[in-house]
Amino acid sequence: MADKRKYVIPGDIVTSGPFRPEQNVVLEGNNIIATAVGISEIYDDSVKVIPLTGKYIPKINDLVIGKVISHTSLSWELDVNSCYVGFLPAQDVFGRDFSTHADELSSKLKTGDLVAARIANFDRTRDPLVTISDRDLGKIDDGVLVKISPSKVPRLIGKKGSMIQMIEMGTNAAVTIGQNGWVVVSCETDEGLLKAKKAIEMVNEKAHIANLTDLIKDMLDGKDES
Amino acid sequence: MGGRDATMVLLDENGIRCDGRKIDEPRKIMIKAGGLKNADGSAYIEFGDNKILVGVFGPRDVHPKHMSNTDTGILRVRYHMEPFSVGERKRPAPSRREIEISKVIKEALEPAVMLEKFPRTAVDVFIEVLQADGGTRCAALTAASVALADAGIPMRDMVAAIASGKVADTIILDVNNEEDQAGQADMPVGYMPSLKKITLLQLDGVLTPEEYKKCVDVGVKGCEIVYELQKKALHDKYFGNRKD
Repeated sequence: MADKRKYVIPGDIVTSGPFRPEQNVVLEGNNIIATAVGISEIYDDSVKVIPLTGKYIPKINDLVIGKVISHTSLSWELDVNSCYVGFLPAQDVFGRDFSTHADELSSKLKTGDLVAARIANFDRTRDPLVTISDRDLGKIDDGVLVKISPSKVPRLIGKKGSMIQMIEMGTNAAVTIGQNGWVVVSCETDEGLLKAKKAIEMVNEKAHIANLTDLIKDMLDGKDES
Repeated sequence: MGGRDATMVLLDENGIRCDGRKIDEPRKIMIKAGGLKNADGSAYIEFGDNKILVGVFGPRDVHPKHMSNTDTGILRVRYHMEPFSVGERKRPAPSRREIEISKVIKEALEPAVMLEKFPRTAVDVFIEVLQADGGTRCAALTAASVALADAGIPMRDMVAAIASGKVADTIILDVNNEEDQAGQADMPVGYMPSLKKITLLQLDGVLTPEEYKKCVDVGVKGCEIVYELQKKALHDKYFGNRKD
């Protein structure tokens, strides 16, 4: 349904008629109005705008990279590159029989540690609740953190993961992408690491270019030695 | 801009104003979205001889904490004029006038921004007037709305603003510094062009009811001209090299 794509800015009328307003659109009278700078998409019965700018807003089930900023005796607080802090309860790590006397939180996660986490629950009344009790989640032991704009995460992943697969294949690096715009790259060789980092930064800077995939491919193949 | 002639004719017999404009012609306007790397969103505007830079941060944590609202996000606006923005050095501390304009701009932006999506947060708008030449509040409001859109703050509509006024018994568009000082009335108008709603309306001077209506109409028409430029600024930044 992507044939009805349009570039919109806040206030632009995307369409009018009986559509369901989804992300970044509001219904005003009979018109559906964009509320962000982005690309509008009209589906069979719904309308949405893919934003090109903006902060990360947590969404349930998003995989995010978080940085431990502090802990109390019951929970950790994670910086998830958003306007809200991620709340990671101690039970999530120690299990149900967690006791504030017996268990010391800093033995598992210290301030400054990076974790791969999933947003377990979030609504407007409370800070996002995150969990690390799932496979692929938990403390990140090695790798380099690369920060990109959250609105460019879909571009880095590419259609069905094509972009990120290409970068991983080209550099032998393992890349963990958080929906919040934080990306962890780890690789056995330093060259691969640097190359992958460069590729990710290139996607961030040149996200609007149409043939970005070819550009990245050339860079990974070493054709771009400028 | 102290250099201009103080005894000038505000409106000559051919309907040409002191700076050579027609009665319904705005000054030269240039808007640029983005430009500040460390701000979440920014905009720069040149509105005639006005030069204004706006930076937006947020949504982010509210400090002090007691200002936060559990129902909605809050908007904070600081309008500030640089000491070198006017002919004689302006003391840098916020004056009564600047505090009032901050409040007025905040209230003009509030109907547009949808901060109820971000409870317990704040959006900060910092407006720095680098050079002033009359009508800074309108120019600042126009730029602030572009900067908010650049920051990705959800908005129902853009806010465009321009002043209309009365000079030599004629209703004119876009009052400049001289016309503001020597003219009969000055009316800043803030307007949401898609929703067709006025968010800012002030009036300094005396107008008859008929003149008042005409003045608002002229202002709203001017806002539509400004809106096209806001649109262009955002399109240039985000869709510049794409085909629509």
